[in-house]
Amino acid sequence: MSANRVRVVVTGLGATTPVGGDVTSTWSALLAGQSGVNSITEDWVDTVPVKFAGTAAVDPTEVLPRPEARRLDRSEQFALVAAREAWQDAGAPGVAPERLGVVVSSGIGGINTTLSAYDTYKERGWNRLSPFTVPMLMPNGPAAWVGLDLGAQAGVHATVSACASGAEAIGYAMDMIRSGRADVVVAGGTEAAIHGLNVAAFAAARAMSTRNDDPAGASRPWDRERDGFVLGEGAGIIVLESEEHARARGARIYAYAAGVGYSADSHHITQPEPEGRGVIMAMTQALNDADIAGLDVKHVNAHATSTPAGDVVEVQAIAKAIGTHPLVTSTKSMTGHLLGGAGGIESVFTIKALQERIVPATINLSDPDDGIEVEIVRGANRELPAGDIAAVNNSFGFGGHNATVVFKGA
Amino acid sequence: MAATEQEILEGLGKIINEITGIPASEVTPEKSFVDDLDIDSLSMVEIAVAAQDEFGVEIPDDQLKNLKTVKDVLTFIQN
Repeated sequence: MSANRVRVVVTGLGATTPVGGDVTSTWSALLAGQSGVNSITEDWVDTVPVKFAGTAAVDPTEVLPRPEARRLDRSEQFALVAAREAWQDAGAPGVAPERLGVVVSSGIGGINTTLSAYDTYKERGWNRLSPFTVPMLMPNGPAAWVGLDLGAQAGVHATVSACASGAEAIGYAMDMIRSGRADVVVAGGTEAAIHGLNVAAFAAARAMSTRNDDPAGASRPWDRERDGFVLGEGAGIIVLESEEHARARGARIYAYAAGVGYSADSHHITQPEPEGRGVIMAMTQALNDADIAGLDVKHVNAHATSTPAGDVVEVQAIAKAIGTHPLVTSTKSMTGHLLGGAGGIESVFTIKALQERIVPATINLSDPDDGIEVEIVRGANRELPAGDIAAVNNSFGFGGHNATVVFKGA
Repeated sequence: MAATEQEILEGLGKIINEITGIPASEVTPEKSFVDDLDIDSLSMVEIAVAAQDEFGVEIPDDQLKNLKTVKDVLTFIQN
C-alpha cells in the first residue's frame, strides 16, 4: 500500500438490534451478557421446527412516523433508524451531496413485502398493491432510502453476499473514500427476515438451532452442544469519512477503518471449506491492506454463528492468519444472527470494543469444543490493552463469501 | 345504503392522514390534492386503493387523474 493513501476514519455509529434500539442500549446489554432471543408467537410458528428468534428490541414502527413507515419494508425501516442515529452521532457532517455516498446492504432484501404482496396480488388483484411495492421489495431499497434521506449523490450501492453483505458494504465504502469518489460514506447492513418461509428454508438447510425449550441458550458459538444459528433482525450502520475531512470539521473519531480483505471459498454453496483457506485469505489480505501484523490485532469479533460446521474452522483460521493471542468473542450468542445485518452491527461492536477497550463475553459457552487454540472471552468481559491496537470483524456468507474488516484505535 | 357526504369526508380524512400524515381536519372539500395538500401522484394511487377498501368504489386510473380536489372525490364516491 502507498504511504500517502487516504486514511478512513469512523465518526458515527448507529444500531437497532434484538438487545437494544440504539447503540448505547445495545452495547450495555452486550456488556451485561443479555440475550435478545425469545420465543415467538407468530401464527406460522406451529408450521416450523424453530419457535424462537432475536426480534428487534424496539419495533421500528414505534420510532418512525406512520406515513413514512408504511412505505418501507421492515429492513428499510431498520436501516433508516440506524442510519439516522449514526448520522446524528457523527454530528450531521456538512458535506457536499456529490461527495456523500451510501452503501447499505441486506442479505435477503424485502422478503416480508415480497411474500405479503404476493398474497395481496393472488387474493385481491394487482390493483390492490401499494405503488411502493417494488421499492419495498428491492434489495437496494434500504440503501436508496438512506441515500434519499441524506441527499447522497456520490453513489448509493448495495453489495449483496448473504451474511457477508454488511461487512462488504463497509469495505466498499472504505474503497469509495480511498479512491477519491467520496469524502463521507454511510455504510452497513440491515435485515428483517423473521418470516415463516425463511425459518422453514433455513431449517430445511439444517442450519438453525431447534433448542425450543431454551431460546436464550440456543445461540452458543463454539459450545459442544451448539446445534445451529438463531435468526435475529435489525441494522448496524456507521459513518465513514476521510481523515482529512473529519479532522477539518473537528469530528470525534472513534477508530480508523484501516483495512479490508475479501475472498471466496469456491468450495460449496453453503458448507464452509474445512481447512479455512478462504477465511485465512480474507484475514491475511485485510491485515496487509491495513499494513499491520497479526500481533497488532488484539480482538476479533468472530463470525461464529453457533453452527456445528463453521465455528471451529473460523478460530483455527484466526490462529493461522492472526495468531492465538487475540481475545475472540461472538456477540451472536446474544443478538442471534442478523444475516446481512451482521457485518453492520458487529462492526459497531468491534469499534465500541476498541473505543472502550473492553470485549463482551460470549454467553452460553459452557463446554468449548475440541480444536480451539485461540482465547475466547467467556464468563466475564475482558479488558483490551491501551496503546496502538487493532481489532477485526469477520463476516462469511452462504455462497462462500468472506469479508474481514480491520479497525484501529484512534 | 350509501354513506353521507360527511361520513365519506371523515373516512377520506382518516385515509389521507394514515397515508400522508396530514391532519384529517385539514382535509376539507375545497382543498386541492396537489396545490393545497402537497400529495403526489403515487400517494393518490395509495389513497384510491384505500378508498376502494373503505367505500367499495373503484376509482379507475383514467378517472383518478381528473379528481383534483377533495370535493371531486366525495362526488365521485357518492355517484
